[in-house]
Amino acid sequence: MSTSAEKLAVADQPAQAPVQSEEQKAQRERLRLLARTPTFIAGALILGLWVFSGLFGDVVAPHSPFQDDLLDKLAAPSAEHWFGTDRLGRDVLSRVLVGARDILIVAPLATLVGTVLGTAIGLTAGYFRGAVEEVVMRVIDAILAIPLVIVGLTALVALGPSRVTVIGVIGIVFAPIIARTVRAAVLAERELEYVAAATLRNERAPYIMFAEILPNVLAPVLVEFTVRLGYAIFAVATLSFLGFGIQPPAPDWGVQINEHYALISGGFWWPVLFPALAIASLVIGVNLVSDGVTRVYER
Amino acid sequence: MRRFLLRRLALALVTLFLLSIIVFLLAQVLPGDVARRILGPFADQRAVTALNKELGADRPLVVRYGTWVGGFVQGDLGESASTRQPVWEVIKPALFNSAKLAALAFVLVVPLGILGGVIAALREGRLTDRLISIGGLSATATPEFVWAVVVILVLALWLKILPVTAAFPAGSGPLVQIRYLLLPAICLVFVLFGYIARMARAGTIEALGADYTRTAILKGLSQRKVLTHHVLRNSLLPTIAVIATQAGYLIGGLVVLEVIFNYQGIGQVVFRAAEQKDFPLLQSAVLLVGLVYLLATLAADILYSILNPRIRLQGES
Repeated sequence: MSTSAEKLAVADQPAQAPVQSEEQKAQRERLRLLARTPTFIAGALILGLWVFSGLFGDVVAPHSPFQDDLLDKLAAPSAEHWFGTDRLGRDVLSRVLVGARDILIVAPLATLVGTVLGTAIGLTAGYFRGAVEEVVMRVIDAILAIPLVIVGLTALVALGPSRVTVIGVIGIVFAPIIARTVRAAVLAERELEYVAAATLRNERAPYIMFAEILPNVLAPVLVEFTVRLGYAIFAVATLSFLGFGIQPPAPDWGVQINEHYALISGGFWWPVLFPALAIASLVIGVNLVSDGVTRVYER
Repeated sequence: MRRFLLRRLALALVTLFLLSIIVFLLAQVLPGDVARRILGPFADQRAVTALNKELGADRPLVVRYGTWVGGFVQGDLGESASTRQPVWEVIKPALFNSAKLAALAFVLVVPLGILGGVIAALREGRLTDRLISIGGLSATATPEFVWAVVVILVLALWLKILPVTAAFPAGSGPLVQIRYLLLPAICLVFVLFGYIARMARAGTIEALGADYTRTAILKGLSQRKVLTHHVLRNSLLPTIAVIATQAGYLIGGLVVLEVIFNYQGIGQVVFRAAEQKDFPLLQSAVLLVGLVYLLATLAADILYSILNPRIRLQGES
């Protein structure tokens, strides 16, 4: 009994080296393919610009995004204020540039929380199967029955909106959805020989799940992360617009639209249209990136 | 068929039960002290205690959950904490209004989405396909309120062809109502088009490559006949399922659009309840939204199984 387990363990060692390099080769091939996908490049460029703007917006912005000027409020776009000024006389261009920051912190962190939690749940459900799996799947169905915006709204009313609660709520809602994808991948992996080998070596379940199976399901996890990131940006922007996400006076785009959309019919389109275009471009950029990643990683 | 239906129904009931627990957790457990959350941190403790007693929030959680769900099952959705109106009286007209808006959006987007998807599939890999696919993806990914801003500016303020609000004057005829509802409906069309077109495209591409299509072509049938009799019949099946699941996304979008266009629908009710921290109204409205979604997916599954005997017969063997 022990000899066969040892044999398997020994046989496992040398076999690992070529498999690893094959995997690395495939990885390099995927990156090369990605770099050649026009939609991915376009998306990465847009995303890169907004990340730059979020990081260095303060330096690039022509004015302070917080400095109000009540004598010059709601001024139309001009040479001094390219995108005009808002209802407190703040420079809209500067607020749009700095406005990338909050959403680019909150949305990726929320996605990360959801991905880490979801991967752990999915690994457990897929590895142990049985009752754990059944319960997880039903809870996922139940959560998916309420639109993300409404779950977020309800939870944020109960908890009070702040950056941390927004990250937590979106992350927790994402977790079961990501868990479902991870579970599907784990179901295929757990039947493979390397898992049987690890079981015969008497490895403990957490070791097999996280050290053996996890590295092999990272591709679907990565795809899911980029897809969810798009949804997270959508959700954070929408919640901020409704007043339950990022809070004023932060120069967030959703907050800016919330503060000014009632003024559109008065002809003051600039404090609304420019943040709207910023959100649209960011969301489209992220979706082009995730579209490229999905195509390359899912054959 | 009966076994399939029963199994599907049982699953829906289990999901509904879990859903009610999740909603209850969100609206009653998460706030901690419900009355304190409503009245704010500076309210007098006696007022907080009194309000908790009035809302029934001083009772044990299990009792509160039982009372709420028991009432819900019998059609008693409770009472709004801010207006003291029965919740159902607030929600009923709102649901009807939202259904009108949703119906208009679906009437517009379903044929458009299917047409777009089929055209993209017939031109697979070419420029038309890429334009429809990427355009649809981008339109879908853009939040509803961004679309709302764009269509208000272009169609209502610059071209002046449609009204800025969706709140039509009381007693308007159906055509006037449609005119007022067109702007929010167009936003929903943008957001839903991508999903439907993507499914229709994938289904059509699969059907185009299938053996029966090749046989039909080799039999010498006209291209139109192959398309309508053999390809579309098979390709539109999965699309139907997707359209029903869109009901959920649709309601999420309604919150934003009804707020922007000032339309008294279920989304507006949810939003106002959230704004006023009206937890009794909020929890019943949210559960109802989930119920509508579950019914829509159930209907889609049943429709799908009627159209596709393979699924229906699976349960019997």
